[in-house]
Amino acid sequence: MSENRALVAHQFDTAAQQRGAATLGMWIFLATEVLFFGGMLMAYTVYRVTEGEAFAHASRAQNILLGGINTAVLLTSSLTMALAVHAAQGGRRTRSVMMLASTMALGALFLGVKGVEYAEKFAEHLVPGVDFHWAGPDAGGAQIYFILYFLLTGFHALHLAIGIGVIAVLTARAARGRYSAAYSTPVEVAGLYWHFVDIVWIFLYPLIYLIRVYR
Amino acid sequence: MSPHSITTHDHYLNAGYGPRSWLLTTDHKRIAILYMLSITFFFFVGGFFAFLMRLELLTPNGDLVSAETYNKLFSMHGITMVWFFLIPSIPSVLGNFLVPMMVGARDVAFPRLNLLSWYIYVVGGLFTLGAMIFGGVDTGWTFYTPFSSTYAHSNVIPVVIGIFILGFSSILTALNFIVTIHTMRAPGLTWFRLPLFIWAMYATSIILVLATPVLAITLAMLGVERIFGVGIFDPALGGDPLLFQHLFWFYSHPAVYIMILPAMGVVSELITCFARKKVFGYRFMAYSLLAIASVGFLVWGHHMFVSGQSAYAGMVFSALSFIVAVPSAVKVFNWAATLYKGTIAYHTPVLYGFGFIGLFTIGGLTGLFLATLALDVHVHDTYFVIAHFHYIMVGGAVMGYLGGIHYWWPKMTGRMYPEGWAKFAALVLFVGFNLTFFPQFILGYLGMPRRYHVYPPEFQVLNVLSTAGATILGIGYLIPFIYLIWSLRHGKNAGPNPWRSTGLEWRTPSPPPVHNFDEIPVVTTEPYTYVAEEEQRE
Repeated sequence: MSENRALVAHQFDTAAQQRGAATLGMWIFLATEVLFFGGMLMAYTVYRVTEGEAFAHASRAQNILLGGINTAVLLTSSLTMALAVHAAQGGRRTRSVMMLASTMALGALFLGVKGVEYAEKFAEHLVPGVDFHWAGPDAGGAQIYFILYFLLTGFHALHLAIGIGVIAVLTARAARGRYSAAYSTPVEVAGLYWHFVDIVWIFLYPLIYLIRVYR
Repeated sequence: MSPHSITTHDHYLNAGYGPRSWLLTTDHKRIAILYMLSITFFFFVGGFFAFLMRLELLTPNGDLVSAETYNKLFSMHGITMVWFFLIPSIPSVLGNFLVPMMVGARDVAFPRLNLLSWYIYVVGGLFTLGAMIFGGVDTGWTFYTPFSSTYAHSNVIPVVIGIFILGFSSILTALNFIVTIHTMRAPGLTWFRLPLFIWAMYATSIILVLATPVLAITLAMLGVERIFGVGIFDPALGGDPLLFQHLFWFYSHPAVYIMILPAMGVVSELITCFARKKVFGYRFMAYSLLAIASVGFLVWGHHMFVSGQSAYAGMVFSALSFIVAVPSAVKVFNWAATLYKGTIAYHTPVLYGFGFIGLFTIGGLTGLFLATLALDVHVHDTYFVIAHFHYIMVGGAVMGYLGGIHYWWPKMTGRMYPEGWAKFAALVLFVGFNLTFFPQFILGYLGMPRRYHVYPPEFQVLNVLSTAGATILGIGYLIPFIYLIWSLRHGKNAGPNPWRSTGLEWRTPSPPPVHNFDEIPVVTTEPYTYVAEEEQRE
C-alpha cells in the first residue's frame, strides 16, 4: 500500500483516479491537436478545390517511394509503441526498454528520410520563399501546394521530434524500473500521443503524395 | 499585527513566505493570485491605451497623436484587453481558485501544468509588451491580411509570436479544468449537483481547447506568409484573404463566449446567493451554457457579411446568430425569475450582477441588430459595433469579473472589502460605463466609422460625452484597486461564510487551508438549497 501511495500525487485519492485523469488529459490535448492540424487541412481543402490541377501536377514532384517507405516505418513504430505499452503494463522491464528504443529509432529513421526528401526539394528549387522555380503551368497553385507541404510535414515532423524526446525520457525511466503492473500511465499516455502523430501521417500521405494516383 | 488579525489557522497564504514559495508553487490558489496580479497589470496597460484614444477623440482634429500612433493605440488596446486580460480573467483567476474547491478536490488534476500555464502567460505577455514598447503594432487586433502579412511596417511578427505562446497557456488551463471536473468531483457530487459556475467553466474550457489551436495555426500561417513572402492569404501572391478571415473568426467569435460564459457562471452564483433562492431552471441554465458554447462555433461568418463571402453563407450565419440568442435569453429570464420574490440582500456583488444582466441584455440585443444582414451593412465597422461588443465585454465580462472578485474576496483573503466604498464604486462604474458607450451606439448609427483619429465636427458632442464617461469609468476602476489593497490589512475578519452561501468553497475556513478541506466533503443535495436552509432556520 505504502509503495502504491507514493505513486499517487497528493491531489488524487486513488491510482485509478490518477490514471483516468492522465488519460483524459491526453485525449483532450489530442483534440486540440486535431483542430491545430485542422486549420492547415482547411487551407489545403480550399486550395485543393480551387487549384486542383496545379496540386495534381505539383504532387508529381514528390518522391512516392520515400514517402511510402516512411509510411511503413511510421506504422511499424506504432506497432513497437503498442508493444512497449503492453510490456510496461506487464512490468517486463527489458522488453519495454527494447520496444521504446525501437520506437525512437523508427521515429528517427522517419525524420532522416524526411530530411532526404527536404534536401531533394532544395536541390530541385521547390522551396517557396527561399528558392522556388516551377517550370510547368500553374506556378501559383504549385507554390501554394509546396507551402502547405512544408507546413503540414514540418509541423508533423516537429510533433514526431517531441515524441522522440518524450520517449527518450520514458526509456531512461523504464530502464530504472519505474513502470510496473501497478503504474504504467506515462507509457500509455505517450503511446496515445505517438499513435496520434502516426494517424496524422496517414492523412498526410495520400493528401500529399497520392494525388496523381487518383487522377 | 493589526488589531483585526485573523490568521490563527494554517492556510495557503501563511504556508510559506518569500518569492520562491510563490514562484514555484503548485497550489491552485496561489497560482490564481499570480494570475490576478498579472492580468490586473495588463488591464491597466490596455486601459492606458484606451485613455489616450478617448483623449484624442475629444476634438474632431488629430491634435494629440498622429494617425499612425492612433492605429497602434487601438490595435494594442484590443490585443492587450482581449488576450492578456479578458480571456484569462475569470477562468485563470476565479476559475483557478474555485474549480477545485467547488468540486471538493485538493487541487486541480495537473498542478505543475497549472503553474506552467502561468509562466507561459507571462512569457507571452512580456514578449507582446516588449514588441509594443519597441515600435508597437498597427494591424488592429484582427490582423487582417494582406495588410498584416504584406504591408504593415510594425512589429507584427513579435506580437503574433506572443499571442501564439499565450495560446498554450489558455489550452493548458482549460485542459486542467475539464479533467478536474470530470475526474475529481467529491463523493456524491453528480453532474447536476455542480454549481453553475463549474458548468460555465466547463463550457468555456471546451471552447478554449477546440478554438485556440485554430488561432495558433492561423497566426503561424500568417507569420509564414509575412516572413517568406509566399501567398497563403495575400491575393497578390495567389492567396485568399477570406480564408484568413474564416480561420480567424472560427477562433475569435467563440472567443467572445470564452469571455462571457464565465461571467454568466459568476452571475448565476451571485444572483442565487443574494436572492436566497434556488436558481430558477437549474438544468436549463446548465444546458444553455453548453448550447451557447456549441452554437457559438457556427456563427463566425456574421463578422464577414460585407467582406465577400457568399450571400447564402451570410443568410445561414445570420440565422445561426439569431439561434444563439435563444439560450442567452433563457439565462436572462431565469436570472430574473430567480430574483422574483427573492429575499434580496443588496450587497456589492449582486449590484454587479444586476449591472451585468442589464448591460448584457443591451449588448445581446444590439448583437441581433448586427446579425441582421441588411442592417449590418449600414452599421458595419462603425461605432455601433464598438458599443455593442463593449457592452458584452466590459458591461458583461468585466462586471462579472468584478462581481466575482468582491463575492469571493473574503474567501481568497479572509478579509471583507469596505461595503460602502464598494457600492459607491459599483455605481460609479455603471454610470461611467453607460456614459462612455451609449453615445457610441448613436455615433455608429449616424455613421461614424471605427478606427479613425479624426471625425466630422458634428460628432463632437457625443464624443465628448463618451470621453467624459471614460474618465468616470477609469476612476471607477481605481477605487476598487485601492480599497481592495487596503482591505488586505484593515478589512474586517470575514469568517468562513460571510454570505451564508451553500457552496462547497464556503465550508472551509477563509483563507482556505493548503489542501482546501480538512476533510473532503460529501455532497448529498443539489446546489443552492437556500429555501431549505431558511426553513431550517425558522
